[in-house]
Amino acid sequence: MDTLLLSRIQFGANISFHILFPTITIALGWVLLFFKLRFQITGAQKWMDLYLFWVKVFALSFALGVVSGITMSFQFGTNWPGFMETVGNIAGPLLAYEVLTAFFLEAVFLGIMLFGAARVPVWVHTLATFLVAFGTTMSAFWIIVLNSWMHTPAGYELRDGVVHAIDWFAIVFNPSMPYRLAHMLLASGLTVAFLIAGLSAYRALRGDRDPATATGLRFGVILGALLIPVQIVAGDMHGLNTLEHQPQKVAAMEANWETRGNVPLVLFALPDETLRENRFELAIPSMASVILKHDPAGVVPGLNDFVAADGSALHPPVAPVFWSFRVMVGTGVAMLGLSWLGAALLWRRGADALPRPYLHALTAMTFAGWIATLAGWYTTEIGRQPWLVQGVLTTEAAVGDVAGGMVLSSLLAYLAVYVLLLAAYIGALFHLARKGSVFPAAPALQPAE
Amino acid sequence: MFDPQTLPLIFASLMGLSILLYVVLDGFDLGVGLLFPFATEAERDRMIASIGPFWDANETWLVLAIGLLLVAFPAAHGAILTALYLPVAVMLIGLILRGVAFEFRAKAPVAHKRPWDAAFWAGSLMTALSQGFMLGLYIMGLRWGWAEIAFASLTAVALAVAYSFIGAGWTILKTDGALQIKAVTWARGGIWGVVLGMGAVSVATPLVSPRIFDKWFRFPEIVALAPLPMMSGLLVALLWLSLRRLPTRDDSFAWFPFAGAVTLMVLGFFGMAYSFYPYIVPDRLTIWQAASSTEALTIILVGTLFVLPVILCYTVLAYVIFRGKATKLSYV
Repeated sequence: MDTLLLSRIQFGANISFHILFPTITIALGWVLLFFKLRFQITGAQKWMDLYLFWVKVFALSFALGVVSGITMSFQFGTNWPGFMETVGNIAGPLLAYEVLTAFFLEAVFLGIMLFGAARVPVWVHTLATFLVAFGTTMSAFWIIVLNSWMHTPAGYELRDGVVHAIDWFAIVFNPSMPYRLAHMLLASGLTVAFLIAGLSAYRALRGDRDPATATGLRFGVILGALLIPVQIVAGDMHGLNTLEHQPQKVAAMEANWETRGNVPLVLFALPDETLRENRFELAIPSMASVILKHDPAGVVPGLNDFVAADGSALHPPVAPVFWSFRVMVGTGVAMLGLSWLGAALLWRRGADALPRPYLHALTAMTFAGWIATLAGWYTTEIGRQPWLVQGVLTTEAAVGDVAGGMVLSSLLAYLAVYVLLLAAYIGALFHLARKGSVFPAAPALQPAE
Repeated sequence: MFDPQTLPLIFASLMGLSILLYVVLDGFDLGVGLLFPFATEAERDRMIASIGPFWDANETWLVLAIGLLLVAFPAAHGAILTALYLPVAVMLIGLILRGVAFEFRAKAPVAHKRPWDAAFWAGSLMTALSQGFMLGLYIMGLRWGWAEIAFASLTAVALAVAYSFIGAGWTILKTDGALQIKAVTWARGGIWGVVLGMGAVSVATPLVSPRIFDKWFRFPEIVALAPLPMMSGLLVALLWLSLRRLPTRDDSFAWFPFAGAVTLMVLGFFGMAYSFYPYIVPDRLTIWQAASSTEALTIILVGTLFVLPVILCYTVLAYVIFRGKATKLSYV
């Protein structure tokens, strides 16, 4: 098989597996800090129980994130040497800053946060918790900076086919960075909100009457209900930013072939790239123009504007982008409905008396954040093709000269490991939930007087 | 701000420092994993507890080393990693298994603990062997012939033994009682493997490369370099003597096997670094030929000079907080 395709599948599989865990740890770090501070202020045991339960999930997720992340850093060299050879002068410093300012901070203070509670004063432990949360967020910041730069490169010049940095401020604050960062951090918050709500609902369904279960349930639902409208606004702004800088991606997201006004919002279609039209289209007239241009007559660019003279496409493959986008939006709408319904139920009945069907729905949505996050990343990353760095380097030009058979063997090995680990991870989370928050030893952490 | 001649040298040194710290620090926790089959279940819990707060940060030095290779010497990064494609993949899968087994063994259902212990051992073994294999291939100039593979297999075993030895030294330092006594016997067995492994690498390296042979055996360098093998020999003798007397009644000198193993690794590292300098891809690319642009290196160096001392400080802090004998790991 073809090395390029196999390398892409391998990188896609690796980064899809990897992103699941940072998506949890980025927000969960701050949630843990919140639980810990609530315990120190109120002295209520339930906050400590929540902290002790979720710190285990954090440790597990963190370990999975670290080991799958190391794999990514090696793959730049093993599979994509052209990437660093062309844009190394920009990607290199950004990755180096991630390691220096985030990885060590997280890794060292995680040890103190997890195992140091009995060995250091309370304030040092709280500080360690803060630094771990801060480190994960810094890590997200640098990676999003690099990723955004690959979508909307700025502050550079090309000399002899190699990118050189000329303005670091423009590189770091490149046009899509603020939107992408906000969108990702909110996605992480929502993933954690539904994870906490889902696992707490699972415990409630099993008859767990622990106060920590009810509080976790309330916390997750309210956090979700608060974040989802913000995420919808941020996502919309991110989409408008993409329309400005990568119109071909938005055209693929909307499966819009012709540049025109009154573009309908396609709800369902099978985009066909050979016919260059949609089959079985179901659409709301002019709605895409309203969303993207805030005007029914607004002109939206179409895919047919992005075809080379020889007929080859300069736009991404349409169907995967179109469908990923719909999965993301659909999951978001489900999150909106479920969390707002939950907020109303909490208001009227309280967390101890939520109806069982609602708890079942929350349990089913435990990993909804993962689905939305992955679908969102597929939208934006497949949407960048055929470019690796928009307008600078194609994916094809960056792939390494490694035999297809070698890539295939490593790919199969990774896939086997990832399937096993994902099953083990989800199994372990529900196992921890079944074990509940019963701890043999009395907590050594005392509330601050 | 920085001279284009010295910048690659500074980055090669920083990368060397990261590799050395990685080999020593992750070496002891990989070694603990390698010794797993020889320990009982309760002893395994104790051994895990001794590395629990550290392993993650230890592994980060590998990320920094590979990151520095990536950012400072992009041409070498591509050449080395594509040549080492398969061993790198084995190592990564080993690191994945090892890192997650550590968490899963404590959090998955009790019935799954033994399989995760096996995964912890297998992951540590895959990591150690593949790193040793890569070291061997690197010494042999990144060529894939039968002789090269045979030599790399030898270094693979040698590095795994060296990691086990430093892991045994760590266990002697961090535990007491029956486990400590056991760890001393592990170290007694391991030291012969270390002598054999270091000896084989020291003999083979100059033989495969006339350039390296010349670097070591010409006058006057040979006089200046003589202390390196002599110190190593003396250290091995002291280690052997100490292991015959350990554990002592008052636990004095429990630190010595670990410290000795670390010093041996440092000596071996400097010998290796001397052999290869100024090449980063043996006999093909020097550090100057492979270096990135001066601007890129400068911006990384500025950050590194500020941040690296801070990282070293809080790393030391973590080792101070968790000093003394390992106790049961607990989140409270």
